[in-house]
Amino acid sequence: MEQKKLAIIATKGSLDWAYPPFILGSTAAALGYEVEIFFTFYGLQLLKKKLDLKVTPLGNPAMPMPGGMEKWMPVLVTALPGMEAIMTSMMKKQMASKGVASIEELRELCQEADVRFIACNMTVELFDMDPSDFIDGIELAGAARFFEFAGDSDICMYI
Amino acid sequence: MADFDEELDASGLNCPLPILRAKKALAGMDSGKVLHIIATDPGSVKDFEAFSKQTGNELIESKEEGGKFHFLIRKA
Repeated sequence: MEQKKLAIIATKGSLDWAYPPFILGSTAAALGYEVEIFFTFYGLQLLKKKLDLKVTPLGNPAMPMPGGMEKWMPVLVTALPGMEAIMTSMMKKQMASKGVASIEELRELCQEADVRFIACNMTVELFDMDPSDFIDGIELAGAARFFEFAGDSDICMYI
Repeated sequence: MADFDEELDASGLNCPLPILRAKKALAGMDSGKVLHIIATDPGSVKDFEAFSKQTGNELIESKEEGGKFHFLIRKA
């Protein structure tokens, strides 16, 4: 049986949106898939050695907050200084208490399972990012390189 | 519970960690050996069925006992 292929484009760099590419990538690899993740725009934040990912309730009416606060809290309050830090810290605590892996751990599990990470060269230049800030084993490439793999993939998703 | 060769306690871990840890444990075992996995994540019941189907490692037993889920998987 030929190995199945999963191609993912990761475009978001917040703590909540960091999960889907790494959870699906590592799980697919465990199931025997060959996996490539193409990181572009804000998704490039997920490749940094030192992750500083945050989550914010601002502009996200669906985000559950402790004690059902999201039902009555005025949107403006979610924009107050410190809200982002508080919500990020709460989310991390909640995840740890529920046995949800950290992004660092899932990313490492992906790499151990030979999931390939590709950083979008154009965005790296656009944002003046330094590739030496990224973890080891990252390939810098463009859209055509992604299609080389994605064109033959069984599943392709945009996150 | 039938005999097993290795044991993995994935209690307290949430999706997809039990599957990832099991995959890692199986990688270090010889073909035909049996891995006993203990988990508390209710989603792991369906997940281990799917894992077995897709990887060819046979799920010999799956049961709930004392609030925990137990799986026996034979490495293909």
